[in-house]
Amino acid sequence: MRRAALLLVAVLVLASPAAVRADTTDDERGLPARLADTGLYAKGLEISADVVPFSPQYPLWSDGAAKRRWIYLPPGTRIDATRPDAWEFPRGTKLWKEFSHGRAIETRYLSRGMDGIWRFGSYVWNVAGTEAALAPASGLRDLSSPASSKEWASGARYTIPSENDCRACHEGAPVPVLGFSALQLSPDRDPLAPHADAAASAVNLRTLTARGLLSGLPPALLAKPPRIAASSPAERAALGYLHGNCGNCHNSEGPLAVLEMTLAQRVGSPTSASTVLDSIVGVESQFHPRGAPDGAARIAAGHEATSVIAMRMATRDPVQQMPPLGTTAIDVEAMRLIGRWIESLSPSR
Amino acid sequence: MNSLKMLLRIALVVVASYVRAADPAPVAPPADDLQARGKYLVSTSGCHDCHTPWHLTPEGPKPDFARALSGHPEGLDMGPAPQPSQPWLMTVGATNNAFAGPWGVSYAANLTPDRETGLGKWTARTFIDTIRTGRHLGRGREILPPMPVPVYRNFTDQDLAAIFTYLQSIPAIKNRVPDPRPPVASVAQVH
Repeated sequence: MRRAALLLVAVLVLASPAAVRADTTDDERGLPARLADTGLYAKGLEISADVVPFSPQYPLWSDGAAKRRWIYLPPGTRIDATRPDAWEFPRGTKLWKEFSHGRAIETRYLSRGMDGIWRFGSYVWNVAGTEAALAPASGLRDLSSPASSKEWASGARYTIPSENDCRACHEGAPVPVLGFSALQLSPDRDPLAPHADAAASAVNLRTLTARGLLSGLPPALLAKPPRIAASSPAERAALGYLHGNCGNCHNSEGPLAVLEMTLAQRVGSPTSASTVLDSIVGVESQFHPRGAPDGAARIAAGHEATSVIAMRMATRDPVQQMPPLGTTAIDVEAMRLIGRWIESLSPSR
Repeated sequence: MNSLKMLLRIALVVVASYVRAADPAPVAPPADDLQARGKYLVSTSGCHDCHTPWHLTPEGPKPDFARALSGHPEGLDMGPAPQPSQPWLMTVGATNNAFAGPWGVSYAANLTPDRETGLGKWTARTFIDTIRTGRHLGRGREILPPMPVPVYRNFTDQDLAAIFTYLQSIPAIKNRVPDPRPPVASVAQVH
């Protein structure tokens, strides 16, 4: 009887999806089991010559993680930028983003198959940093620190996002590629953007066009690169931060359009910055955080303390925090910028 | 003879009991009638248990269908929630719409099509995304217990669309449900 039970357990273990994923075959999402099999590396950890590194000017805050990003386009293909705010990426496109806290923790992977379907996954690095394996579609919660806690910014918990988490952010925008866009790759980079790489991106709109990787971009955006039409440098950086961290969900095209609050900038619209400001400054919030006055506005000009957007950015209470996922540590540098901008707004606006 | 009569009486009572207990089973509506299918699913999947306020009747507590699916009553101040302690981890409010536990306090949402306080501005995609991801509006905060998202996310898209179609057809009730409250331990994090 005991032998039969052991046999049953063995059969179940061998038949489990985890056991299947231990080899190098694709999982049920159609993703390779190892990062090494996605095409990012040529040999060992040497980055392949046919992937292109890039850095968006308004990066997503991820609890202070250092990031590296790459894109791959199949030979002979190019991105169609005819719709300047909804680029069409060719089938076979791949993007990677590596997250590090002292050492590489995970590399997120976004690929568009030859069937046109976008797939999302994340690869978790081993402690030695020699190999990364595909995380389950359900993600991994509260990854324990394998080394000194000093490696983890602010002692934050680390969570590998689930596939649903990936989709929650990436499918809220017109296209699922978020950091590779006209505004993010503008050669006219914002010097006040929090957490942006000091060096200019390895590629931008002009170099991509010159290399034949981007076509159809309206000529006006090459002649005069996209820049947020703000009334001050602080406002430009603040709106850029909100675009990069919030605009993927809070826009006027996606499922959250019902909230009638857009934080996404659109390079194809000359009034985009005004549209954003009109939807938040002095507009009553539908969410009422504890401690907020009755009728509190999304942004209360001149009053950071009662601006609901700032209040929700300044908490990590999971019910109230914004963004609602992908971060467990408050972005102090961004809060200083947002606060300075709100305080500079005239209440008579 | 008396024994035979007694047996017949017993048999009649048994048959009568059986007939009374065996009410005709509901017939599932055709799958292509989304609204009817949605009504069927809502009425068989426990939605009213939490999203319709309960009231006390002479027959005991029952859902108040005059406020069907309108969520936790706006004016009902619950006061501080009792602290959860093992093995009793969850406390339920009298109307069966407020739930206190280790996650804080959650309130059942207004599912009626009121545009300001319910699902009036939602689309079928918003609704499906919400159930599928377990996140408010499909991309916000996590939906809190006791909402059985792990069960409901097994519905097909067609069934979720049917439920949404039905919910959009019921009377709109203006009732602004409070936002959830965090567990006491995390309140200190709020700035």
